[in-house]
Amino acid sequence: MGAPADLKAYLAAQEKKTLLRFLTCGSVDDGKSTLIGRLLYDSKLLFEDHLAALEKDSKQHGTTGGDIDFALLVDGLEAEREQGITIDVAYRFFATDRRKFIVADTPGHEQYTRNMATGASNSELAVILVDARKGVLTQTRRHAYIVSLLGIHNVVLAVNKIDLTEFRQEVFDAIVADFSAFAKDLGFHSLVSIPISARFGDNVIAKSANMPWYDGPPLLQHLETVDVDTAVADKPFRMPVQWVNRPNLDFRGYSGTIVGGRIRVGEEIVIPKSGRTSRVARIVTMDGDLDAAQAGQAVTIVLSDEVDVSRGNVLSAVKDRAEVSDQFAAHLLWMAEEEMLPGRQYLLKLGTNLVPAQVTTLKHKVDVNNLHQHAAKTLHLNEIGYVNLSLSQRIAFDAYGENRDMGGFILIDRFTNATIGAGMVDFRLRRATNVHWQALDVNKEARAALKHQAPAVLWFTGLSGSGKSTIANLVERSLHARGRHTYILDGDNVRHGLNRDLGFTDADRVENIRRVAETAKLFVDAGLIVLVSFISPFRSERRMARELMGEREFIEVFVDTPLEVCMQRDPKGLYEKAKTGAIKNFTGIDSPYEPPERAEIVLKTVGSDPTSEAERVLSFLREQGYVA
Amino acid sequence: MREVAASFANPVMLYSIGKDSSVMLHLAMKAFYPSKPPFPLMHVDTTWKFREMIAFRDATAARLGLKLIVHVNEDGVRRGINPFDSGSVLHTQVMKTDALKQALDSHGFDAAFGGARRDEEKSRAKERIFSFRTATHAWDPKNQRPELWRVYNTRVNKGESIRVFPLSNWTELDIWQYIMSENIPIVPLYFARQRPMVERDGALIMVDDERMRLNPGEKPKQMMVRFRTLGCYPLTGAIESGADTLEAIVAEMLTARTSERQGRLIDSDEKASMEKKKKEGYF
Repeated sequence: MGAPADLKAYLAAQEKKTLLRFLTCGSVDDGKSTLIGRLLYDSKLLFEDHLAALEKDSKQHGTTGGDIDFALLVDGLEAEREQGITIDVAYRFFATDRRKFIVADTPGHEQYTRNMATGASNSELAVILVDARKGVLTQTRRHAYIVSLLGIHNVVLAVNKIDLTEFRQEVFDAIVADFSAFAKDLGFHSLVSIPISARFGDNVIAKSANMPWYDGPPLLQHLETVDVDTAVADKPFRMPVQWVNRPNLDFRGYSGTIVGGRIRVGEEIVIPKSGRTSRVARIVTMDGDLDAAQAGQAVTIVLSDEVDVSRGNVLSAVKDRAEVSDQFAAHLLWMAEEEMLPGRQYLLKLGTNLVPAQVTTLKHKVDVNNLHQHAAKTLHLNEIGYVNLSLSQRIAFDAYGENRDMGGFILIDRFTNATIGAGMVDFRLRRATNVHWQALDVNKEARAALKHQAPAVLWFTGLSGSGKSTIANLVERSLHARGRHTYILDGDNVRHGLNRDLGFTDADRVENIRRVAETAKLFVDAGLIVLVSFISPFRSERRMARELMGEREFIEVFVDTPLEVCMQRDPKGLYEKAKTGAIKNFTGIDSPYEPPERAEIVLKTVGSDPTSEAERVLSFLREQGYVA
Repeated sequence: MREVAASFANPVMLYSIGKDSSVMLHLAMKAFYPSKPPFPLMHVDTTWKFREMIAFRDATAARLGLKLIVHVNEDGVRRGINPFDSGSVLHTQVMKTDALKQALDSHGFDAAFGGARRDEEKSRAKERIFSFRTATHAWDPKNQRPELWRVYNTRVNKGESIRVFPLSNWTELDIWQYIMSENIPIVPLYFARQRPMVERDGALIMVDDERMRLNPGEKPKQMMVRFRTLGCYPLTGAIESGADTLEAIVAEMLTARTSERQGRLIDSDEKASMEKKKKEGYF
């Protein structure tokens, strides 16, 4: 048993220790795992049972001829033991008298770049290993670039296996010169180069007697003392709301972790998305209320006014408020086997927001070997591009360079739910800047209440000639006659005005629907019942329109008339022209129609008449309470 | 934890009664305060836990006013599975791994918190904080979702689930320091006391109830011992220790030369045994 007085002093010292999270990266066989094993071993953090197992394993699998093989300590999974490569990120913990460390051991194999980005995203420093015999490789450049892209400003270049070059200074100097030339544009604040031998321990914990020409610190000493303070507490206040805390009717708080700046009771905050402001009434924790809190703390904030705040909102400083937009430019690292397709809908998660999003433009991709930019149509696994993203709704964010938590996002596949991309919002976007959302007092509910109706969109979709416009027209006439406030957006009519600049390519069809959906949304906001009559052939765009609207505001009406019947009717003579090739990209002929899978209303026009079909739509509205 | 509560329909916290679970539960109480954590606790009971653990479990749930689900693999009980006749491998498979799958399936939980830490064991070092499991609860270490920043992908399809490890980045020392500074109640078995022990295969096993089978010539003797981890009593080794306060435990830990799982007989059964168990659905 230790003496309690010493223990108290020890614990106090423990609590004052800072934490450094760093990652190691390099090519296969550069000795990352060996280096980490060496750090754990030499900092006396190995337990006897682990050591005994290690000695046994070294004899069995080791590549060091009976000596302890430190790599076996870190390479945990059976498969990678057999292959001799690390296939995933492993996190290791150790501490010295000065600092605590979390090390992310990241893979060197080319196809696992995504794991390196994962390790880098939570690190403040990177140790990039180079094999002294091989020098700077493509992998080295790739890793240095990813490290820089993920905002790590402190880098150590560890030239390993220097023992195999007879500890020669000129080998070290040449590698450092080579790397520095590449890294000069990567924005590293500090780059320290150290010649080491992880296997024999030279310059890892203690200065090596084998390299009198090296006058810098050994690796561990540098890690213990390097200043990586990123000072997130000095940045503008940000707290993404994770959870609305309502234990009872008398308490409403917003729970989350502060990711930037500090806040005091009484200070004013803004919800950037709505533009509403309020003041902090209380900062609640289980250990009692606080007067102030800062970045890193998880708290529950009570506001002095009843403002509408939900998960996904960000409580923000008023002066340097977070930006709000549904479009931004970003760097994107692609992490899926399946290629990235501009225009395809993915889910984007940034902070506590999860919203549908698409890449509208791939501006260029980056060749990580020389940082050159190339034009490209798509991104493959492990490729990095600079893209414009369009989101289905506005969210609050900051540039990644300003705040990692407010500017780092992932893309999720809508069907497999896999994480397929990681992005960093770039701050060069201009459109969103200085266009804040103006808070308005008369809202949708107020406007709708005045009209005694629930605003909604009736979205008629179906082939040309299926009867969409005819039925929509009858429905509107009937609603109008009963004093309802309506508006009809018809495909042909809108193309004469708002969308006169658009043609019939897939890209133009997507934009056509986007504009109509946005327009419909404004009309819904005005409290109207909107009838949209558009072929709208693609599921993904109809889904985009649906997601623009609120709950219950989107009613998909599938006018299900078979192609043969439409061709027979051919009210505008279009099918005839399409068949002769006079019209290109005609839906049903040489452009596909994707029927809805779960339309709220399906109308079969064959064997029926438009009036009865219109009546079915009207009774749906009555039954569901949209109109009295 | 709040991410999970906000993103999943039916989360649950797996409560193993150990010190890590105690810390995890304490964090949950803090995370949702003044609300209660919006999910129940669930204990997968192998029926061979220490009696003091069960008493502590029930007292804790009552003290905090939380719903507690206790699940026992009745099928395993009927088959008479026990650590003596069945061996530790089969016992753990049936009463822990299978039982956990049953419990998650029967309640339809789509997210489960666990107290595992990355520093415990090699394959656990590579677990994600949000660890994705297929509909059959399997873990595929080559197909894990990357976790960047603090942005967690919480999307699952129907039938699939996620295991969440909020203590991933804690070390054993962190746990003890936190228990000390926050005054978190833990099972008294962690403190040294006179207990009836037998020595078997180099491990000190406590004779916790009359079901303990003694080998010929074995005689329980009173020893001053404590436990570093808790599991099924016939499979959990104690250490001789005089550490009867938190301070003494931390002091003892600082000079410890063996890892805490050393006392767990299940880890050394087969090489890479933990990884194997996890692929099969062990937590």
